[in-house]
Amino acid sequence: MVASAAPNHIQKPRGHLGRRLVRSVDRWILPLYAFVAVLYLAIPVLVMIAFSFNDPTGRSNLTWKAFSINAWLDPLGKPGLAQAVTTSISIAVLSTIIATILGLLIGLALVRHAFRGRGIVNLLIFLPMSTPEIVLGVSLLTLFIASTQWSFVPKGTFFPLSFTTILIAHVMFNISYVVVTIRARLQGFPRHLEEAAADLGANEWTTFWRVTFPLILPGVIAAALLAFSLSIDDYVITEFTSGQTQTFPIFIFGSQLRGIPVQVNVIGTIIFVSAVLFVVISTLLQRRQRLDPVEAEEE
Amino acid sequence: MSTIDVRLVEVTKVFGQDVAVDHVNLEVLDGEFFSLLGPSGCGKTTTLRMIGGFEEPTSGLIELNGEDVTWLPPYRRNVNTVFQNYALFPHLTIFENVAFGLRRRKVKGAEIKARVAQMLQLVELRGFDQRKPGQISGGQAQRVALARALINRPAVLLLDEPLGALDLKLRKQMQLELKRIQQEVGITFIYVTHDQDEAMTMSDRIAVMNRGRYEQLGRPEELYERPTTRFVAGFLGVCNLLPGHVDGTADAYALVALDDSTKLRLPLAQVSGSTDVEVGVRPEKVRLLELTDDVPAGANVLRGRVKQTSYTGVSTLYVIERSNGQTFTVYEQNLERAAANSLWRPGEEVAMTWSPDDTFAVRGASTASTADAASGSPSVNETAAS
Repeated sequence: MVASAAPNHIQKPRGHLGRRLVRSVDRWILPLYAFVAVLYLAIPVLVMIAFSFNDPTGRSNLTWKAFSINAWLDPLGKPGLAQAVTTSISIAVLSTIIATILGLLIGLALVRHAFRGRGIVNLLIFLPMSTPEIVLGVSLLTLFIASTQWSFVPKGTFFPLSFTTILIAHVMFNISYVVVTIRARLQGFPRHLEEAAADLGANEWTTFWRVTFPLILPGVIAAALLAFSLSIDDYVITEFTSGQTQTFPIFIFGSQLRGIPVQVNVIGTIIFVSAVLFVVISTLLQRRQRLDPVEAEEE
Repeated sequence: MSTIDVRLVEVTKVFGQDVAVDHVNLEVLDGEFFSLLGPSGCGKTTTLRMIGGFEEPTSGLIELNGEDVTWLPPYRRNVNTVFQNYALFPHLTIFENVAFGLRRRKVKGAEIKARVAQMLQLVELRGFDQRKPGQISGGQAQRVALARALINRPAVLLLDEPLGALDLKLRKQMQLELKRIQQEVGITFIYVTHDQDEAMTMSDRIAVMNRGRYEQLGRPEELYERPTTRFVAGFLGVCNLLPGHVDGTADAYALVALDDSTKLRLPLAQVSGSTDVEVGVRPEKVRLLELTDDVPAGANVLRGRVKQTSYTGVSTLYVIERSNGQTFTVYEQNLERAAANSLWRPGEEVAMTWSPDDTFAVRGASTASTADAASGSPSVNETAAS
């Protein structure tokens, strides 16, 4: 009976030390490590969320006293807070819209057209991303002050610093991120789809709105979400370009000396939850990455 | 049938240093299935793209139905294209893909519905209208691409290697299908392919392209039976070529003397004007006989020794070597010899014989434009295809 004897010889060798080690790493150590890492990242946020339900006795919200939802019922109930949040959101929304539109156009130009100076633009677009924020902030402040000396700039346009100057600063650094995100999407764009649209009677305008834009929309949304999140939490550049105007981060920084109100934790929690939602949405959108049903070899 | 649908006059396309299309003149007739056949890089796709409006010619004129469209963008030409990779819109349903052209022309909703349904029926894809391109197979995507183009009732349909991405069996099936659809709708098809079987199966006429020009244009049987250049002879199947020179006439045939002064007969029209030629014959035209057998009167005869025998089922392939070392390929149908178990064996001496009418001559290898044509080596990169 040769057939029945065979299995004994081909049985898996057991108890090999190295293999057992690999298996236990896979089963226990990696998940444990991942859990600890996530915990490490999440603890500050979890503390912030927990303290949004605190009822502190003194000014500072640093020691746990009692559970309360007072701050949640009145999240903007501190002087200047409502104004700061409104300013931050307005700047984030406006700078996102402006930067996304400009960035989309720049991205299209960079990917689609060979023009003089394209190489330099491609390089310069990284500049705001790679320059330290503090340097950008100082440069912008210098520029805004210097502009008061230039006769062609109407008085009061850039100085005193205002909502406008913050917006200009945010649009500037946001454009880089938008261009980089959208450019990646456009580079993988199957151009023959646009040829097909033209072939079927769509002019350039219709082709853009019916074919190109719907297909790069996930990239555009991802870029806009990134821009929004960069704008709403920016402190350093805003500090240099805000003057008397208070944004939410600047309000927090300022109130640190007097004691941060519980409302800051509430708003922080809201922002965190919204951010998580954004990430979930954008991940879902990015899943629709595959553009082409057939990856045919071209001639 | 005789009106000219598409006319190319001296059309040239240069990409940087490369001449992709070199002074091409073409006339495609109304309702015709016309193929541009050639190896990769021969300029066939570029030619098609210029007709479609995706490339502008460097010089020359393109007419559709007598109207000059050389500089019109694709969306203002009454032609539609089936792209090599189908180019279906991934974000639209099959219905919306097919309806795309009609929507651009503001056709009413009810009519769109009816026409899309009719088109999907023509390509046998009823019930697929709500699927997305990602949810159908390659063969089905191919049919959608065809429906999406045909629904616009173009004057000309351009097809750029549309079956290239399909497997062999599906390709054969789609070839017949395409031919059926073309006959059903009666639209002029211009078909680009590098597959000579595909071109011959479907086309009314074929232009065989090489290095930015077409070397010969004609019906499939003309090209196969009487190729005029070495490249065409080699591209459309196996053929035996022997160099020689024209040496008089006999019985209304031209005589060509080979290197060893053997004389072969071929129709006079085949050698008009030239002296140095290559004489050709297709392998299946040649019959093998015993040296002692009677040769039909007037037939061409060459002797040789069987070098190799390969039985392939339908036929047997022999490689015959002549005394001067030239080899000949011969296909013999498996009739009596196969049944009698007496296929020619290597080493046997045979007489190869064929009719002078099956003999053709191609321009001598000295002609610059065809010097290395048989190898099909592309000298021009088909930049536009990528």
